[in-house]
Amino acid sequence: MNSNSQNGSQTTPIIEVTDLKVHYGNTPALNGVSFDVYQNEILGIIGPAQSGKTTLLKVINRTLEFTPDTTVAGSVKLDGEDISTIGDVYGLRRRIGMVQPLPVGLPLSIYDNVAFAPRTAGIRAKSELDEIVERCLQQAALWEEVKDRLNTLGTKLSGGQQQRLTIARALSHQPDILCLDEFSIAVDPVTTMRIEEVLKTLRTEMTILLVTNLVQQAKRLANRTAFFLNGDLIEIDTTDIIFSENPSEQATYDYVNGTFG
Amino acid sequence: MFTETAISKQKRWTENVMRIFFLVMTSLMILPLLLIIGYLIYKALPVLSLEFLFTNPKDNMRAGGLWAPFLGTIYLVVVSLLVSAPIGVFAAVYLNEYARESWFTRITNLAVVNLAGVPSIVHALFGVGAFVLFAGLGESILAASLTLAIMTLPVIIASTTEALKAVPMSFREACWNLGATRWQTIRRIVIPNSISGILTGVILQVSRAAGETAPIMFTGAVFYKAIAEGNLFAYNVMEQCMALSLHLFTISTQVPDVTEGIPYGTAVVLVGSVLLVNAAAIVLRVYLRTRKKW
Repeated sequence: MNSNSQNGSQTTPIIEVTDLKVHYGNTPALNGVSFDVYQNEILGIIGPAQSGKTTLLKVINRTLEFTPDTTVAGSVKLDGEDISTIGDVYGLRRRIGMVQPLPVGLPLSIYDNVAFAPRTAGIRAKSELDEIVERCLQQAALWEEVKDRLNTLGTKLSGGQQQRLTIARALSHQPDILCLDEFSIAVDPVTTMRIEEVLKTLRTEMTILLVTNLVQQAKRLANRTAFFLNGDLIEIDTTDIIFSENPSEQATYDYVNGTFG
Repeated sequence: MFTETAISKQKRWTENVMRIFFLVMTSLMILPLLLIIGYLIYKALPVLSLEFLFTNPKDNMRAGGLWAPFLGTIYLVVVSLLVSAPIGVFAAVYLNEYARESWFTRITNLAVVNLAGVPSIVHALFGVGAFVLFAGLGESILAASLTLAIMTLPVIIASTTEALKAVPMSFREACWNLGATRWQTIRRIVIPNSISGILTGVILQVSRAAGETAPIMFTGAVFYKAIAEGNLFAYNVMEQCMALSLHLFTISTQVPDVTEGIPYGTAVVLVGSVLLVNAAAIVLRVYLRTRKKW
């Protein structure tokens, strides 16, 4: 499955993170991390709780701004443009699809859940919305299950279905980058496998940041894997090397093999 | 294996005692309410009729009905809520959805909490100074309503804030992740899912505004004023009006030889209309809850 693990690693970076430092009040969350994300790769991000993985995603789509009392230093560039000076922050967020750990069906119909982002972006034509809703639900492997009840509430779906609905919603604004934050935390193993299949298809169209607490998931899917610990980027390399007998850092080997701490 | 031991027997006994204890306390709470309403209706029965509601007081308030005070109370309540509901709801939306923690929001929240604890007679004095004298409104329905509005405002802000907080934060975060602005999030997700709580909070303020005497006594309510019977627009908001609460006070303490049924009838009408409005709030809440979306 890692036959294409060299994919993308030679192409241009889509995200460049340079010396990124984040504090919540006086508590550091990221202590100066630097790395690049390449076009059309799946970058696995692993590490224990409190290692700064979720914070990193929130910096990238600038939703950390909604958390009071945070300071961000260093730079994150998207296609060479510093995101902190981007004028249209809503446009920035639409370039990035975000899937949160717990499935969040908005209290709207399934249709309206997926049509939410296109509508806020100003798309009104019914035919266009219909097409977006069908395409995204297809991509998220949910269409067959819900196509006859698009008007029922998204919140009434099962957890696994809601998580796929969340993915469909994240795809609805046609992002270049898809960020998944421990998406399988509240999802059964069968649904997890279905979503993993979806991600394998999606990687041809977009770049995927896969934060996961299941190291095997990173091993199955990621081209490259980054290991975070206590706000530091310990190591980033191809998944083959991270999961081999000899990654550069002993801590990486210990974490990946479950002998950590 | 499942035979009753001494310990399980004691547990079962304690369980029963506690249940009965709480039941008795609940009954003690309901009992006065039922007694009050029952007693009022019993005493008021001789005078209660539709005519009682739709005729003005007569013979120095020793006879006749309640039309002028009843309509006056409706005017006071409606005008005051027309002022306090929008200001209160929008202020709460700002404080809860937009404002960041700062000295301004801290002072505002402190003011809201303290304003809610101010006795109504103090609001009355403020109303006299600010609306009757300074703003030059004179003693009028408008001045009295504004005074009532100031009094109900903090509670509306508090109840609206509660309703907004009941909408999970994760919904807002999901919207922001989709590139929605704060306003789009509020309009499409937050308000539609908190409107039942917001409306209930506003409606419950009807009973407070209708029941208060002190804030209207010096700002716009009069002891006696005859108006056209059966005309819903008989009052002008720049004029004074009668009010049920003040009328009840007057005929019970200031006027000798009032027919016994009339004060009780006034009380029944006041309590009855408040209960009716509260019941409407409960029905609305139940209806909107059946449409709850998560």
